[in-house]
Amino acid sequence: MVKLNMVKALNLALLQEMERDPDVLVLGEDVGVDGGVFRVTEDLHRTFGGKRVIDSPLAEAAIVGTAVGMALYGLKPVCEIQFSGFAFQCFHQIENHAARYRQRTQGRFHCQMVVRMPYGGGVRALEHHSESEEQFYAQVPGLKLVVPSGPRNARALLVSAIRDPDPVIFFEAKALYHAHKEEVPEETEALPIGQARVAQEGRDLTLIAYGAMVRVALEAAEVLRAEDGAEAEVIDLLTLSPLDRETLVGSVAKTGRAVVVHEAPRSFGPGAEIAASLMEGAFLALEAPIRRVAAVDVPWVGFAREKASVPDVPRVVAAARETLAF
Amino acid sequence: MPRTPLDLRLSVDHLSILDSDGNLDTALEPDIAAGDLKRMYRTMVLGRRLDERMVRLQRQGRIGTFAPIKGQEASQIGAVATLRREDWMVPSFRETAAMLWRGWPIEQLLAFFAGRLEGGRPAPDQRDLPITIPVATQLPHAVGLAYAAQYRGDDAVVMAFFGDGATSEGDFHEAMNFAGVWHVPVVLVCQNNQWAISVPIKKQTHSRTLAQKALAYGFPGIQVDGNDVLAVYAASREAVLRAQAGEGPTLIECVTYRLGVHTTADDPTKYRSEAEVREWERKDPLTRFGAYLEKKTLLEPGLEEELDAEIARAVAVFESLPPADPLTMFEHAYGELPAHLRAQRQEVGERLARTAPDPPAAGEPLPPPPMRGQRKTSRWSN
Ligand SMILES: Cc1ncc(C[n+]2csc(CCOP(=O)(O)OP(=O)(O)O)c2C)c(N)n1
Ligand SMILES: [Mg+2]
Repeated sequence: MVKLNMVKALNLALLQEMERDPDVLVLGEDVGVDGGVFRVTEDLHRTFGGKRVIDSPLAEAAIVGTAVGMALYGLKPVCEIQFSGFAFQCFHQIENHAARYRQRTQGRFHCQMVVRMPYGGGVRALEHHSESEEQFYAQVPGLKLVVPSGPRNARALLVSAIRDPDPVIFFEAKALYHAHKEEVPEETEALPIGQARVAQEGRDLTLIAYGAMVRVALEAAEVLRAEDGAEAEVIDLLTLSPLDRETLVGSVAKTGRAVVVHEAPRSFGPGAEIAASLMEGAFLALEAPIRRVAAVDVPWVGFAREKASVPDVPRVVAAARETLAF
Repeated sequence: MPRTPLDLRLSVDHLSILDSDGNLDTALEPDIAAGDLKRMYRTMVLGRRLDERMVRLQRQGRIGTFAPIKGQEASQIGAVATLRREDWMVPSFRETAAMLWRGWPIEQLLAFFAGRLEGGRPAPDQRDLPITIPVATQLPHAVGLAYAAQYRGDDAVVMAFFGDGATSEGDFHEAMNFAGVWHVPVVLVCQNNQWAISVPIKKQTHSRTLAQKALAYGFPGIQVDGNDVLAVYAASREAVLRAQAGEGPTLIECVTYRLGVHTTADDPTKYRSEAEVREWERKDPLTRFGAYLEKKTLLEPGLEEELDAEIARAVAVFESLPPADPLTMFEHAYGELPAHLRAQRQEVGERLARTAPDPPAAGEPLPPPPMRGQRKTSRWSN
């Protein structure tokens, strides 16, 4: 075991997967000599050379588009998009092609590839460097969407994403990169994609979150326990697509109450799909309307006003209290 | 601190070997074996005949919208004829002749245009990508394939097709730039057929040629008479050999013309003159190549009839395909079917079972299937 932050944990996953499989390669802007603007690919260039750790020209569509071609050939590229705000420049390559080649060729080709991107706020960054756009990817059939919540699961999920035969969009919360360290086993470990984690058990209410919002949900649960004597169950989704509805429904069947927390804007966001799934799967158990705590539906507000939009502990606690009192 | 012209040595050739009057530049004439010449001509004629047949099939509602190739046979066959089977071919959506050359069965192409995904599945050993519809987006794939070939140490070459309109797309420029920087074995074949639906090349670019765009990306570009199969072949062969020798990418601009409609949903009389079309009909690639082969006594008598029979057989195979099984739509969404799709498949299966007509009693003849285009009864409508 070593204590690593999320950046180092992700770096370890890349290093070990590249050592294990010569078909794995990394490409993106500044991922080589510089080791990536967040240092996730640090030292990989030195270890594996410029042919496997490619400092690509500055063009997202071609980063993902050439990765699609590499994947069709049988390689397993891992692309880094510098910030999720710039992934619209390659969205068509992800949606039109990476997600569809298996279907389009009826299984003759598929795209085993990962597109990593930092997302989310809380880092006092400029426009396009703070937004949460996971809903766009969650809606695309053919893709998987993984959002780890800490160093250890980030490492284990990146390993699974690289080994997964389908294209995986890998969202890394910037706010978590350096937030805390965790014990991470030195030998490779993998976590199944598509499986949520019960981060904390409880019987009164279910808080559902992913990525950086898991810590917010856990802290809110702590406040509810201390101040209200309520036991919240906290579910860390880890994968948004495919969504682990079984775990969600199982939890809400027990608690009867749910609050979904995410940084993406509320309307048509993941919370809507989660609420609908809970209505379908646990309707008779529901004691209160499902609440969504999410960003407001306005274009980016600037980090000076970010706190008023992105969920925080008091907002989650307040929503939980209303749900409990319903 | 003087201001001095840079010595860039930028130049673009135009290549023509066999012109529309039948004049041949014997010094440039490529050395192509008689059997290959015959096969090239055969595939060009097959492409033309199939095109015409497909227009009729579309009008009859037996296949959906498609993009005819009429007039562009030389650009396609001259280029793909220089590939080996282990090389890759990356088409756009107007490459029927090239696809036939690469071994796509006619009935499979028909299935594709009849909206069946099976039509887009290359054979297990076939190194072809399927038709790509979003303009120019296949070009980064070609560059990625070429990078992968180089990475693995294979000597495969990748050839990609696209139109003049595609050269305005960002993906074209990004792919060109990556190809140049990575120095990969890719041959980019632009079929400049003068039109992108209704937009003429003049409104597409202010460049004098499309070929010259390669120079900005640091690799050679050449313009060829795209209706001259010998010129296209010669330029492609040179590009393929360069790629194989590790000398990087080439852009080939084939100056050609789309003699037919953009797609079967298009009416070109709205945007171009009959006179222009007639002008280009004079430069028909088939006439020119046919005359060249005739001089070499390589023309096969009865070829058209033979090819028409081949097409008729394929149409019959296509028409006898069993109906598409809707439930297979889930099979290739993911490597392994996730839980929510298992549930959706079951839901669809149950819905179809509920709405399907009762099977006929033993001995009773099957009711005729509804005619295409005919309104279906309400019990089918869901
Ligand atoms: C990205 C994208 N935009 C628009 C279209 C619609 N469209 C289909 S073909 C076409 C014109 C393409 O022109 P060109 O590249 O010259 O190829 P051609 O059709 O002449 O073979 C357009 C606009 C499309 N398929 N993809
Ligand atoms: Mg065109």
